[in-house]
Amino acid sequence: MPIDKSINVLIVDDYKTMLRIIRNLLKQIEFNNVEEATDGAEALAKLRSGNFGLVISDWNMAPMTGLQLLQEVRADAKLKAVPFIMVTAESKVENVVAAKQAGVSNYIVKPFNAETLRDKIEKVLGHG
Amino acid sequence: MADADQLADRLAAIRLRYPATEPDLVADVVRAILSTLSGDLSAQETSVLAEVEALGRTIASAKAEIAALRVDDITDNHIPFATDELDAIVEHTATATNAILSSCETLDEVATDLTGEAATKLQDATTRIYEACSFQDITGQRITKVVTTLKTIEAKVAQIVATFGASEHQGPIAGTVEPAEPALLNGPQHPTVAMDQSDIDKLLASFE
Repeated sequence: MPIDKSINVLIVDDYKTMLRIIRNLLKQIEFNNVEEATDGAEALAKLRSGNFGLVISDWNMAPMTGLQLLQEVRADAKLKAVPFIMVTAESKVENVVAAKQAGVSNYIVKPFNAETLRDKIEKVLGHG
Repeated sequence: MADADQLADRLAAIRLRYPATEPDLVADVVRAILSTLSGDLSAQETSVLAEVEALGRTIASAKAEIAALRVDDITDNHIPFATDELDAIVEHTATATNAILSSCETLDEVATDLTGEAATKLQDATTRIYEACSFQDITGQRITKVVTTLKTIEAKVAQIVATFGASEHQGPIAGTVEPAEPALLNGPQHPTVAMDQSDIDKLLASFE
């Protein structure tokens, strides 16, 4: 069964250039329904009012970080099953462990390439 | 010794009651009292008094030297200049990156009108450009770390200046907002020590 590329994807990053990069890379692999947020709080509001099938989020943002967003998502009955990929420059063991404990679906370290992004999306959407 | 302990306790109690007391004022009062007592002191006490006076002169000399160094310049000029320059770098790289991305998006549009090998080659090239543009995020985060370090130095220098009274116009040091999970917000690591994607994949797999 092919991956459903019509799902709504929420990308979250406080660097607008990074949002633009991820949006374009997603477009190249035919994910065209992409929404953006520049911090965890804005992302959470969009997630609660929308219907998203995937979250791709940075970690280091203020006032709500990507880890706090992940914790909120996993604690929300309606959102807890949404696949969540962390894309971040934070690459310490304790970061990966904390993200895993919070229920992250996959973890990409910046700088990343398009292959890695596609590979992790396929994995979390159930085809890896 | 009991007297000394008692005195220390009393001084601590006074400090608790008046935390904003200027050390210079206290020193002036002590100096004034000691000068009135000097006629009644024993030889040992006179020696201690001489030591205390020497210490006072050393502190005064240190204050004068710090004032002569114009350390205020560090907080008033040098660090603000450096942080402004770094902010400008982030702004310029963001502008340039957006210009590159705009051109890249145009190329992607052109690629949709092409077929075969040309379309594939063009898309591969734009993919590599998108990947490379993530430098703006990474360098931006590294510069933010440097700015934070400079602000820490600025605060510490201002603290030293305030303590030694080398400046006439010391305001309160602006507090920095403590981030959530501070231990987990380290930003990009140095490439020689950082885990790469394959290390992270292995670590994640170890949880399965």
